Amino acid sequence: MSTTSPVRPPRTEGPADRPRAGAGRNGGGLLDPEQFLAALPDAFRKLDPRVMITSPVMFVVLVGSVVTTGLAAAHPTDWFGWAITAWLWATTLFANLAEAVAEGRGKAQADSLRRTRTDTVARRLTGTGEERVPGTELAVGDRVVCEAGDVIPGDGDVVEGVASVDESAVTGESAPVIRESGGDRCAVTGGTKVLSDRIVVRVTAKPGETFIDRMIGLVEGAARQKTPNEVALNILLASLTIVFLLAVVTLKPFAIYAGADAQTSLVVLTALLVCLIPTTIGALLSAIGIAGMDRLVQRNVLAMSGRAVEAAGDVSTLLLDKTGTITLGDRQAAEFVPVRGTTAAALAGAAQLSSLADETPEGRSVVVLAKEKYGLRERRQGELSGAEWIGFTAQTRMSGVDVDGREVRKGATGSVVAWVRERGGTVAEDAQALADRISQAGGTPLLVAVHDAEGARVLGVVHLKDVVKEGMRERFAELRRMGIRTVMITGDNPLTAKAIAEEAGVDDFLAEATPEDKMALIKREQAGGKLVAMTGDGTNDAPALAQADVGVAMNTGTSAAKEAGNMVDLDSDPTKLIEIVEIGKQLLITRGALTTFSLANDVAKYFAIIPAMFAVAHPSLDRLNIMGLHSPETAILSAVIFNALIIVALVPLALKGVRHRPSSADALLRRNLAVYGLGGLVAPFAGIKLIDLLLSLVPGIG
Amino acid sequence: MSPVLAGVLQLLALVATLGLSYRPLGDHMARVYSSERHLRPEKWIYRAIGARPDTGMRWPAYLRGVLAFSAVSVLFLYLLQRAQGSLPGSLGFVSIDPDQAFNTAASFVANTNWQSYAGEQAMGHVVQTGGLAVQNFVSAAVGMAVAVALVRGFARTRTGELGNFWADLVRGVVRILLPISVIGALVLVACGAIQNFSGIHEVGQFTGGTQQWNGGAVASQEVIKELGTNGGGYFNANSAHPFENPNGLSNLFEIYLILVIPFALTRTFGRMVGSLRQGYAILGTMAVIWLGFTALMMWTEFAHKGTAFELAGGAMEGKETRFGIAGSSLFAVATTLTSTGAVNSFHSSYTGFGGGLTLLGMQLGEIAPGGVGSGLYGMLVMAVIAVFLAGLMVGRTPEYLGKKIGTREIKLAACYLLVTPALVLGFTAVALALPTPPHSMTNSGAHGFSEILYAYTSGANNNGSAFAGLNADTPWFNATIGLAMLLGRFLPMVFVLALAGALAEQRPVPVTAGTLRTEKPLFAGLLVGTIGIVTGLTYFPALALGPLAEGLAA
Repeated sequence: MSTTSPVRPPRTEGPADRPRAGAGRNGGGLLDPEQFLAALPDAFRKLDPRVMITSPVMFVVLVGSVVTTGLAAAHPTDWFGWAITAWLWATTLFANLAEAVAEGRGKAQADSLRRTRTDTVARRLTGTGEERVPGTELAVGDRVVCEAGDVIPGDGDVVEGVASVDESAVTGESAPVIRESGGDRCAVTGGTKVLSDRIVVRVTAKPGETFIDRMIGLVEGAARQKTPNEVALNILLASLTIVFLLAVVTLKPFAIYAGADAQTSLVVLTALLVCLIPTTIGALLSAIGIAGMDRLVQRNVLAMSGRAVEAAGDVSTLLLDKTGTITLGDRQAAEFVPVRGTTAAALAGAAQLSSLADETPEGRSVVVLAKEKYGLRERRQGELSGAEWIGFTAQTRMSGVDVDGREVRKGATGSVVAWVRERGGTVAEDAQALADRISQAGGTPLLVAVHDAEGARVLGVVHLKDVVKEGMRERFAELRRMGIRTVMITGDNPLTAKAIAEEAGVDDFLAEATPEDKMALIKREQAGGKLVAMTGDGTNDAPALAQADVGVAMNTGTSAAKEAGNMVDLDSDPTKLIEIVEIGKQLLITRGALTTFSLANDVAKYFAIIPAMFAVAHPSLDRLNIMGLHSPETAILSAVIFNALIIVALVPLALKGVRHRPSSADALLRRNLAVYGLGGLVAPFAGIKLIDLLLSLVPGIG
Repeated sequence: MSPVLAGVLQLLALVATLGLSYRPLGDHMARVYSSERHLRPEKWIYRAIGARPDTGMRWPAYLRGVLAFSAVSVLFLYLLQRAQGSLPGSLGFVSIDPDQAFNTAASFVANTNWQSYAGEQAMGHVVQTGGLAVQNFVSAAVGMAVAVALVRGFARTRTGELGNFWADLVRGVVRILLPISVIGALVLVACGAIQNFSGIHEVGQFTGGTQQWNGGAVASQEVIKELGTNGGGYFNANSAHPFENPNGLSNLFEIYLILVIPFALTRTFGRMVGSLRQGYAILGTMAVIWLGFTALMMWTEFAHKGTAFELAGGAMEGKETRFGIAGSSLFAVATTLTSTGAVNSFHSSYTGFGGGLTLLGMQLGEIAPGGVGSGLYGMLVMAVIAVFLAGLMVGRTPEYLGKKIGTREIKLAACYLLVTPALVLGFTAVALALPTPPHSMTNSGAHGFSEILYAYTSGANNNGSAFAGLNADTPWFNATIGLAMLLGRFLPMVFVLALAGALAEQRPVPVTAGTLRTEKPLFAGLLVGTIGIVTGLTYFPALALGPLAEGLAA
């Protein structure tokens, strides 16, 4: 149906297909070498032990690098020691690089935000007049005047006047928006620009704590705290590191006993340790977290905490407002139902004719439906000479046309029935029944009648209904497969709500919903252990937004709503909730996949290093050298090099996130286990063998 | 009938009998631990020890109960051995030296039953029956109590209470271990095991000369030795001794006793968390590992390599002819995959790989099916780790049985995971690095290394079996293995109970299509993989220097 306006297709990949004017955000596309280069200085800066200690795994690598450096310096002629040392430092640097690259992408965005936050001069209202003060000196509660051309000095609510505001600095959207006092469109953001008219703004945020300030902090990662799941994963990684540390430290006496003292130098043991501890995930863990937030920012969503993003992955109930989220805002013609003795085509013709003068969205939709369904070309009013057009008014509740001695009308049931009776016509007995049926199904009936030589009579009914956005049914089905229940919130009566809920395929609905009902619903779901996500924009949504585990406030909404939610959608698109959930899931999946990959990798490394260390003491152990590696030195070095390079190789995956298709937990697990579990088991065998082959070609080694 | 076929038939008979008792025993145990009623003898016990069996305990209180009871037990057992010389009914044996008395006390209280003494030459009736056999019952019941507390942690919501330790302990003994033991002892006596309090007999040998045999309440101690996954033999030869394990039938029955409670506890678990299928998933995981080990063991021991093996039809060195390779392999796998440690053959004499399998079985943490109680809680902790990884891969913060696996839970699981590797590798390394302990080795090279590695693996994992070959009755080994046994038993219990407490406080997360299905074969497979990877990565270097080096050389 063309009556539906296109909804943004799900899972758009970053802003690449959404060119934006204004802010000039940098793209979230794939990595290019420049990003690596730009991040290099930061990577070195992060070598500071005080910074490294936050990642226990990489801290161990750093210590290892320092130790081997000392050992190599003590034996300057030993190429092997230097080679291991170099690659251990590379491992550390690559980890820092991954984090720096991830942060770098946010920094670019922060810079463009900062540029818009020029030092503004505020015109503060005093009791007698106004005074000019720097924007930084404003206090909460101050009232400032902004006129066309002024930059709004701080976050606040419009208390007087109406103005068009350019919010591209914040939203990237160049079209101006209207901000007016009272109601739900009163919030203005500091740093945005008034384009016309004059408003008085009451400041609601302290300087330095405004929306833009927070946004800069968020995208820069300055305010980044480890999320609960990240902390838990870090604990697991740290304990695995301790296990491997134990395994390696105790190996020395074992080796001395076995007679392999010479083959297990401190350099070799350090190399073994670094290979075994989960460096891959340890190196990429924070990059994954930063990139997850970044993916939200690219979709124009600001998450106030990483915790909220994680919670989004866990959401099991989505509360969605009907209007604007599930259905288009307006009712649309969906069907022509003729009375007995009339054909649908005749009805469609009459309906189209009577709607040409109706400029309401409903009227337009009748014309469009007639064209779509019955191929009736849209006629323009000028085409019919001598026609008298009757536009739709709230008083007559009818529209129509008088042409060639024929009067055609379309409108609300009562009005049209009255019109027919006035002309002495008859109302077909099934017309009322048809209209009632449509009403009961949650739709709105419009009667179409004609008065011509055969007298006045009703031709049939146009079925107007809330049109569910295209693709919503499929998305709800997707969500259901992911184990997420959707609940439609609407002010409609239960009958209408039920009909729409069924059509849209949501799992449940809340009809005639008040903010209190919404709040109660959230609490009820949460009491059952469910995590609830919702969107909202009005001040009366604020308590529910605060109560929900994931509360996404629309940027067009009030300050109260934005304050209460833990995310703000700058595009004010309620459908985005679904994308947010997917990003949350993708973040967790990426973490799990890379952890699994990292652990599975160790198997191959053992097969490279154990024979290299012990084949001399126990010749039988050479049979474990199933890769047929060239020499003990190349075997160990290959494992270390692979261990370092795999980090760089996986940076794009960490930043982009593991591919995620909405599907059941079972399907996801099967796929990810196959790719990252089995893949992680097999890949290093090939990688280490390849590196070893290359190394064996190097003169002086082979 | 070929020995291989006989082995397969024995295995099938074992699976069938275990299968038959799985449901009734599992359900019975669930009822025992859920019942509100107290039996009369139980009430007498509660009154005697001053326990209030209906008081719900939070995890610290439960833990205090476990530790206090075990501390008193160690002290009692220690004093009993030290006083043996002056006790009647001691067959004239002298008091045990302090280091060995500590080691033995720690060993039996920790459900390990590592024996640095030879039973028939050191322990009289009083210590054997009044001390050691009693601990065989109660230490097993402690393990089951802790497992049940963890299960309650999963099953209960928004409470910190894990049940009452004293009630769980007493019920485990009175309603589960004792009844089965009575029947089991009768079966063993019928098979030919001895049960008396006779003194020492001088018996003539076929080859001339004499040897001394003593009687004792053997059958009754034997049955709980297996049933409670204890493993401490009445005689030094343990289940290889004909008084303990007379024939093939008694051998199979003893293996059955070893496995019956640990496997059935998965049913108890399923019942108590309200989903039998969750129990089956854990059962499946355990069974796959157990069957895999059994198959590998049979394969490596039956394989004919070398003249001696071919003549004997396989690796018969160190095995009893009345059990054969199959009966010995089945026993060896069962005893090392549980915390039993009873032996009917010399693990030291197995092929390199075979010896490695007994080592690896213990290093898995003895969770397939593991010790009574300890097997279940060990496996559940591994499941928590597996869920954590897998849960992330389905895009949710991990949850198991409706409980979130968050920072606190993973911290406790990780600590649990650290204990035994630290003890095993740490003590082995120190023993090798010191000048004296290596003198206890009988063999040199890789096999000698395996002897020490095995001793600490067995101690820290509370198995108790010995590789043989190591003279462990030295002050160093008595002290360190004693320490390894105590720490290896009770530190994990601390983390398990804390984990149970954390889980019990949570509100449940409802199951949706997005939830990781932990009752599915896919998850069981993942759990097997996680166990394999975590253990393999920890012990691979050590195993390479011992059994692998030996096995690959063959």
